[in-house]
Amino acid sequence: MSQPRPKLAVWKFASCDGCQLSLLDCEDELLAVAEALDFAMFREATSADVAGPYDLSLVEGSITTEHDLARIQEVRRQSKWLVTIGACATAGGIQALRNFRDHGEFLAAVYARPDYIDSLATSTPISAHVRVDFELHGCPIDKRQLLEVISAFLNRRKPTISATSVCSECKRRGIVCVMVAHGTPCLGPVTHAGCGALCPAVNRGCYGCFGPMETPNTAALAAWWRGALGQDSRSVGRAFSTFNCAAEPFAKEAAAHDD
Amino acid sequence: MEHDGELRAMGAEALDVLIAALVARGYDVIGPTVRDGAIDLHKIHGMGDLPIGVTDEQEAGRYRLAPRADGAVFGFSNGPSSWKRHLHPPQTRLWHADLSGDRPVYVSDVEAPARPMAFLGVRGCDLAAIAILDTVLAADEHYQARRQNVAVVAINCGQAGATCFCASMGTGPAARSGFDLALTELVGDTKHEFLIETATPLGTSLLAELPTRTATDEDLARAAAILETTRTQMGRTLETAGLKEDIAAAAESPHWQEVAARCLTCGNCTMVCPTCFCTEMEDTSDLTGAHAERWRHWESCFTLDFSYAMGGSVRHSPASRYRQWLTHKLSTWEDQFGTSGCVGCGRCIAWCPVGIDITAEAKALQAEARP
Repeated sequence: MSQPRPKLAVWKFASCDGCQLSLLDCEDELLAVAEALDFAMFREATSADVAGPYDLSLVEGSITTEHDLARIQEVRRQSKWLVTIGACATAGGIQALRNFRDHGEFLAAVYARPDYIDSLATSTPISAHVRVDFELHGCPIDKRQLLEVISAFLNRRKPTISATSVCSECKRRGIVCVMVAHGTPCLGPVTHAGCGALCPAVNRGCYGCFGPMETPNTAALAAWWRGALGQDSRSVGRAFSTFNCAAEPFAKEAAAHDD
Repeated sequence: MEHDGELRAMGAEALDVLIAALVARGYDVIGPTVRDGAIDLHKIHGMGDLPIGVTDEQEAGRYRLAPRADGAVFGFSNGPSSWKRHLHPPQTRLWHADLSGDRPVYVSDVEAPARPMAFLGVRGCDLAAIAILDTVLAADEHYQARRQNVAVVAINCGQAGATCFCASMGTGPAARSGFDLALTELVGDTKHEFLIETATPLGTSLLAELPTRTATDEDLARAAAILETTRTQMGRTLETAGLKEDIAAAAESPHWQEVAARCLTCGNCTMVCPTCFCTEMEDTSDLTGAHAERWRHWESCFTLDFSYAMGGSVRHSPASRYRQWLTHKLSTWEDQFGTSGCVGCGRCIAWCPVGIDITAEAKALQAEARP
């Protein structure tokens, strides 16, 4: 290649690595990605550790320690374009459940020596600390959407990522609605599209992995679950208390069923 | 008495002969079949694929299958998909382009299906919906390529559901036009037959291959009685007199806010609607930038992107989006296309995840207009 390739950095904060592994999961497209981008920093793929600045940073994970609070500022300084990937980075992840409870009590219950643990009382998304250029939702993210974001970055265009409901994907695929036809509680109507309706396609209700859709009416869905579907309040609260529990619309709905 | 020499009767098992005759003519036959707890429209290969002895029970936000003892083949009402899925698919690639040197070479992707489609079991409501799509998408080359050689076998509806209101909309339960053949299912204790009527040369040539007998006056009387029963089975009504004007006048009604409190803005109603035709364009490029594609997807007036103009979405509030949908469907559609946009199929009522009922909302708005 005559022109230098844009430098890619992949960063990990509090997370399981699943989202950055989605990049390695792009098996058929991986060579094309590697030809288009210089993997300057990507610990899951290479021990190369090329210094910044970087053209594109993919940031996985949430902020849960003082150390990471400082580190994300440095990542932002070194990155021209910063994209957060996955529910941890965009909403705080499952570990944000602690935001709604006593962090100290958790530490005492889980660790033999809580005094060895140096973590913040909250798990927060990257956007709570630095400017984010694009947020890619999902737990984990969808590899086709990741490729779309990378392609959009390379071609200097807007990523084509819809923020509408999972229902739109269900209906496009011709999947029979599990809530209407089977009475299965499903978060699809309030959940951000992107997974391609994975769970309804196998007759399961949506778990809300991609977080809130653009205008989620969680209260109306919860009322239907309680009434027509006969779900108790605790079940409704728990459904909203998963990977995107700290995303505001889900957090509010969970709090309304906190009994 | 013979009905213009065109109305015949045949045993129910002859439906298999009809399907085979369509397949022999090169058609992919699309018809109702049980899949994942619903009667939906898919490619079928013989009578055994049809939902024999299966019916559905529908209410707002609820759909369940149930057995029926009489073994009727078309003894159910509408399922989740309409024929729109096959005529105006959820996603279509419009064109693709590749760089040749530094110039893009565009290739149109207009194409007819490899085999023409035959629709089996199209009800009056859906015949009306197809006629509406024919008007709306008259200039759409992708739609026309799929629509052109479609064969239609209609069914005079013998089972309306609790969410049906085609009688109000004047589209059913009888199949009036837009078909090659029309069937009426006669299910009795001793006999299970179909009346069959042809409306086109294709219908007549198919009919000639079927083992039929002349229809009798008794057959005709039974068929008329079935349609009358279907008419009374409908669980919903919509008063269409003055509806267009009442909805247009309700633009500032507080009722839209009341619906918005329940509406999920998920877009299900628009996607199950047999006439909602809106789409969005998506341009994609590959990693190298040397290959690009333009796709068209079903889009819904319930999304923010749908009304995105410079600076943001024009219809930001859910109330404004529900108002847009219902008003277009029941009022401004008439200004635009000369008919109502609603055919009374009831799908939007049954498949709304929280059971919002277009007939109930229209009634509430009508009541405000005429206290």
